[in-house]
Amino acid sequence: MQTAKDIKEYRAELREALDNEFLRQAMDKFAVAYRGSRAKAFAGMDLKGLIADVAQAKDGAAQRMDELLAEFTAKAEAAGVKVHVARTALEANEIIAAIAKENGVKKIVKSKSMTAEEIHLNDHLEAQGYEVTETDLGEWIIQLRHEGPTHMVMPAIHLSRYQVADLFSEVTQQKQEVDIEKLVKVARRELRPKYVEADMGVSGANVAVAETGSLGMITNEGNGRLVTTLPRVHVALVGLDKLTATLRDALRIIQVLPRNATGQAISSYVTWIKGCNECAAAPGGRKVHHIVFLDNGRRALARDPLFSQVLRCVRCGACANVCPVYRLVGGHKYGHIYIGAIGLILTYFFHGRDKAKNLVQNCINCGACKDVCAAGIDLPMLIKEIHARIQDEEGHPVPSTLLAKVLRNRKLFHTLLRSAKLAQKPLASGGYIRHLPMIFSKEQNFRSLPVIAPKAFRDLWPRIRPEAKAARLKVALFSGCVQDFVYPEQCVAAVNVVAGRGAALDFPMEQSCCGLPVLMMGEMAAARDVAQQNISALDPGKYDYILTLCASCASHLKHGYQKLLGDDPAWAVRARQFADKVIDFSSFARDVLRLAPEDFRQGGGSVTYHAPCHLCRGLGVVETPRDLLRTAGLEYKPAEEEDVCCGFGGTFSVKFPELSAELLAKKLANAEATGAAALVTDCPGCVMQLRGGLERKGSPMLVRHMAEVLAQQLK
Amino acid sequence: MSERERLTRLFEEKAKAVSALVSTVASMDQALAYALDVCDKKQACQLLVSGCELPLSGTGEALCETKQQKVLAAPGLERETFAKLKGLAAERGVLCIDTGMRQHLGGVDIAFTVADFGIAETGTLVFDSDSEEQRLATMIAEFHLAVLPVSKIREKSFDLEEELLVLLRKSPNYTAFVTGASRTADIERVLALGVHGPLELHILLLED
Repeated sequence: MQTAKDIKEYRAELREALDNEFLRQAMDKFAVAYRGSRAKAFAGMDLKGLIADVAQAKDGAAQRMDELLAEFTAKAEAAGVKVHVARTALEANEIIAAIAKENGVKKIVKSKSMTAEEIHLNDHLEAQGYEVTETDLGEWIIQLRHEGPTHMVMPAIHLSRYQVADLFSEVTQQKQEVDIEKLVKVARRELRPKYVEADMGVSGANVAVAETGSLGMITNEGNGRLVTTLPRVHVALVGLDKLTATLRDALRIIQVLPRNATGQAISSYVTWIKGCNECAAAPGGRKVHHIVFLDNGRRALARDPLFSQVLRCVRCGACANVCPVYRLVGGHKYGHIYIGAIGLILTYFFHGRDKAKNLVQNCINCGACKDVCAAGIDLPMLIKEIHARIQDEEGHPVPSTLLAKVLRNRKLFHTLLRSAKLAQKPLASGGYIRHLPMIFSKEQNFRSLPVIAPKAFRDLWPRIRPEAKAARLKVALFSGCVQDFVYPEQCVAAVNVVAGRGAALDFPMEQSCCGLPVLMMGEMAAARDVAQQNISALDPGKYDYILTLCASCASHLKHGYQKLLGDDPAWAVRARQFADKVIDFSSFARDVLRLAPEDFRQGGGSVTYHAPCHLCRGLGVVETPRDLLRTAGLEYKPAEEEDVCCGFGGTFSVKFPELSAELLAKKLANAEATGAAALVTDCPGCVMQLRGGLERKGSPMLVRHMAEVLAQQLK
Repeated sequence: MSERERLTRLFEEKAKAVSALVSTVASMDQALAYALDVCDKKQACQLLVSGCELPLSGTGEALCETKQQKVLAAPGLERETFAKLKGLAAERGVLCIDTGMRQHLGGVDIAFTVADFGIAETGTLVFDSDSEEQRLATMIAEFHLAVLPVSKIREKSFDLEEELLVLLRKSPNYTAFVTGASRTADIERVLALGVHGPLELHILLLED
């Protein structure tokens, strides 16, 4: 639940969550275990193909929402069901309360439904005097504690067995042992009478199959079966997004959902319900059955060219499972009702700007959610888009507007960087800023910040530009701001690696920041302007490759620009052409320059690797850098969780230093545990974060960009 | 290996992976004998149902106390098969029922049913559950024993699409996929079997 009024209050809540030792350990264990069980569940399957199939089926259903609703309704009503469509949460609550009243209901049992959480159904029913009992174990636990879920599939993941034992002792008025097996049995026996006494069962549904008029429910505990069987009335609350055209589409979703949610090949129970089934407790021996379809903004979403993909979500919760920020702070702080990356987005549409405004800033843009999504939703992009819209609606904060202004004007931006070089002098020593100026809070102290280099790469370029003899390729180097102004030596190293290997290098001076920082701040217009400037500066028609040593820049140039300019007829083609030519340094070195072991000296010591988010997920480059390290004669020692974010995230680390520091600590511990002498990576942003962290720790471990280690190992 | 053997082995492997106990029986008589054997040897037919030995609230206790006899629920069997099972159960003092499941919501020891289909890829049983007795027996029993004729095993759910559509097009219809025992990991992600449904699922592969 989101109660924080502003980002300051929100950050205070985050710090509180970080101090919850049990939560931190539980989340860490889960994050690691989930990865393995998911991989096992999908072993031997064409995962990309499955995801594409789900996306296609759900997109098709969203486009035909009203048609499918009509088809479903006709089939279901022919089987005796009363179908309702609720426009809003309130309407749904009122419809369900009216059904209860009309049937003389007193007690209600519920099986787990995120849609019911969305509309706060329990509060509404309880206010009207109904006794409502959640029967899913996790939901029952949080209901008894009067709190919301912290995970869409495992709602009580934030609680320990001790807390549950205390809670159950209170409920039964008997001392309960701290023994999970026994606690589960206590719930079994305590809840059984609730089903027996209930007059009405409320369930959700995972799919609503239009071609048959059946609801499909995925459950593990078996409570869904009891809730829909024992009471004389059954009400199913179903989002309009759950409609599928065919049984085959539904089976496809069922094939993917449990695997992606918990690493199960299938849940213990999949229940298909159509019409008023046999029910001995009901008058006439037939169940009174109502289905309430919930719109609550879904129809509007279905018509939106950008956001309709939100309706693909099958509520598996995987985007939370892999999110490094969720892992740190848990679901109460990383969602309102819906949790994880999709929760950040749904909160805006279902619960409003106030609940979403802080949340959407808390995305580090590592892309782990997009990579794991069962329906291929571009979650980080949609989160950024909402962030931008909220700023457009509520006004842009000063730092964000300022940055946007500066970045739009390359000359001004570069002049400011050059003056910063002079201004930092009294604060700097040994290549780091030793005394943070007042504009930085002391929370930024978890890593040392580097100084602006004495000479920017753009100023070195005219001197070091290699002569292109018999070049077969024309290559434009895109440095990005960090390498241009902070780590020019990384670009110099790259020039040394590339020189003399048949590529004519060019460094177009009109290039500027790639624009990712303003995008992260929600400044869409500035992001577009900068993209256009760079496409003009690095004319894709002129080059065979646009080479960059920064994974974040590369991913943004390749994918971000097309998203920003793809709808603009004046720019779409050039943005695509541009994207086609962008290549990261490791791929260029291995696949274009074809560097081989004979190019390198052997025996350069041991290294471990940090996979930048925007390289391994953003560009899908996974094995290439590791291959290169071995090719270059280095001993590569893999670290744990190499592909988890280092916590930089550009402006994220400035906005949420406490989270950034935690992610960094984890990353460094894993790297140091390998015993390698150096940590290699492919992104200057990561270098800045990692090096600053190690320096602050006083660790002897070195951090090198791939270009630097390759240059050093060249014969 | 014949296709049938391949599917049977795949089914067995996948069902066992989710804690189902899988055996092979040559005839329905053997399956009945298995059920009574489980009754005799295992703890299932003790009077106390799972959880009732723990300290419970008044209402929890009260429902436990409604169970006065060992109960074997076997709805949906062929008339002769049920008669045979009932006779064998009576010899052991076990109540064998195929209707009136609502009178036994306090607890049923064993449910004995015949599955309509099996899905090998996931070790899943498919039951046409239009009958409320069938549904309740398999939800409330401590142990669920299901006979699966091996001729009814398909590789994937998609291979059953036509058959499933026949079930789902009935009006009304309640169809259940059952894979392993009832389970939860809601407390500290520790797997526990038997939350609201059966603690054990036994699958008897019937060579037909």
